[in-house]
Amino acid sequence: MRLFSIFKEIVINVLKGPSTRKYPMEKREPFPGVRGKLSIEEDKCIYCGACARKCPTKAIQVKRQPEKEWRFERFRCILCGYCVEVCPKKCLSFKDRLEK
Amino acid sequence: MSMLVPFGPQHPVLPEPLQLRLEISDEQVISAVPVIGYVHRGLEKLAEQKDFVQDVFLLERVCGICSFIHSMTYCMGIEEMMSLSVPPRANYLRVVWSELHRMHSHLLALGLLADSFGFENLFYQLWRVREHVMDAMEYTSGARVMLGTCCIGGVRKDINKEQADFVLRKLSDVEKELRTLTPVLLEDYSVKVRLVGVGRLDPKQALTDGAVGPTLRGSGVSYDFRSTGYAAYRELEFSPVVEKGGDCYARTKVRINEVYQSISLVRRALGHLPDSELKTPLKGNPSGEVAVRAEQPRGEVLYYLRANGTDKLDRIRVRTPTFANIAPLLHMIKGCALADVAMIILSIDPCISCTER
Amino acid sequence: MLKVTEELELGNLHEKIASLIPRGYRFVTMTAVDAVDHFDIFYHFDLQFELNTFLLKLPKEQSLPSISHICFAALLVENEIQDLFGITVTDLVIDYKKSFILAQDAPVKPFCKVPGVGVSVLEKTAEGEKK
Repeated sequence: MRLFSIFKEIVINVLKGPSTRKYPMEKREPFPGVRGKLSIEEDKCIYCGACARKCPTKAIQVKRQPEKEWRFERFRCILCGYCVEVCPKKCLSFKDRLEK
Repeated sequence: MSMLVPFGPQHPVLPEPLQLRLEISDEQVISAVPVIGYVHRGLEKLAEQKDFVQDVFLLERVCGICSFIHSMTYCMGIEEMMSLSVPPRANYLRVVWSELHRMHSHLLALGLLADSFGFENLFYQLWRVREHVMDAMEYTSGARVMLGTCCIGGVRKDINKEQADFVLRKLSDVEKELRTLTPVLLEDYSVKVRLVGVGRLDPKQALTDGAVGPTLRGSGVSYDFRSTGYAAYRELEFSPVVEKGGDCYARTKVRINEVYQSISLVRRALGHLPDSELKTPLKGNPSGEVAVRAEQPRGEVLYYLRANGTDKLDRIRVRTPTFANIAPLLHMIKGCALADVAMIILSIDPCISCTER
Repeated sequence: MLKVTEELELGNLHEKIASLIPRGYRFVTMTAVDAVDHFDIFYHFDLQFELNTFLLKLPKEQSLPSISHICFAALLVENEIQDLFGITVTDLVIDYKKSFILAQDAPVKPFCKVPGVGVSVLEKTAEGEKK
């Protein structure tokens, strides 16, 4: 009959210290390729509207008249990456971090 | 003299809202009636208003614990309708991500089961083991839960040598830590007293009630849809994990052994990745109707799709495994003590957001 | 492609389904699709990893007899079809009376091609017109 078999793990964990990081004093470096925030290079954009048509949540709006405009609602974005694939000029990309 | 006691929808032990109206007499349960509908989002109707490529992203978000396998099953259905063949490297990568999802789902379920009988320390330790698996998924695909890597015709991202080595290192960490925790869950006296003999389901009743997944395999029936060999499972010889006993202890043992089996499947898949392109190009719109199945961590999922030649589908029907496991749950609960109800519910691993979509 | 094993009629539904269970078929699920002038009800059964599907074409405004006394697993699916498509299902073992998955003030039969309207919406429109 085994009793208290978790006791050894508890002693090891107490001696090792906490496993959590003291955020925001210490931050972890994000892994490369993490989908953080969508960003656009405005000079390359030709306002074709392909990204607005393909977005599943309609977070991007593109207008050509009366003046050229590319608008993005950040809270509607689900970070799927469909617009990044479809853009003909490859001016959309994901930044690593969510905060900046 | 019987009393009606509602269990849920807000209960500290349940991960998602589910109500069971229990009729009890003197601490023993006589019958139970389930009431669901607290998280119904109408996703099947919403999917008819978006086109069939945007539906991959929508159907990934049906559930947060088994999300990759939902999108993979939908892509398998559309590929069968349009007669597309998936390249071999994409099949192996789909198996790698499916098995990583299976591991993280089983570790989550085991942690919640330990929490239900008050063993919070084991709950935290199992979820700390799960963090290694989440890091492996984030490094290879860019996100922790909603991977977004499956697409119609193959996969969108590749796993290069450096990422594969990272995943293998994380898997050996998972195996080492799980080997120290397995005897606590399976051989400790206080855990066995709570789990053995509770919630019995005999094999004939399990088959007529429509049970699937570890609920069925814990009762001695050897049924696992991965043995039909979809994706790359035929080349990676696979045999199901079965336990006799039919109680909560047998289902827990099935889940732990499946985690070890998934670790060895991922190691074999990453060791034999073939060289080919990642996806076949897509032309035109689907038409016809098709029904496909796959094996999720909780059981077998069925997708029925009907299309009419335009870019929007006519009907998408999803039958998730927890929906099928609620009927045997009503038979398992009869006759148990009131203190055991939480354990029996968590031993079928309820995922109510899958049930109600 | 989906291969329909057999087409059923309302008259022989119960005998056909009752003859499948002793032969080892396992109930998987039911699907309801709104074809414009009738409902297509599919019964999916599984035998040794092969999916067998049975089709029943139900005219609109007709009620569906339940199979939950033969096959307990069909109980929840039939209640859901009752809620979402507005089909009346008779002889259910546990009948939730159209509030299984939808709330009390939700729209009626939302999954049909022409969804119904909720009662509270109608009352508000009437009040707005009176003013």
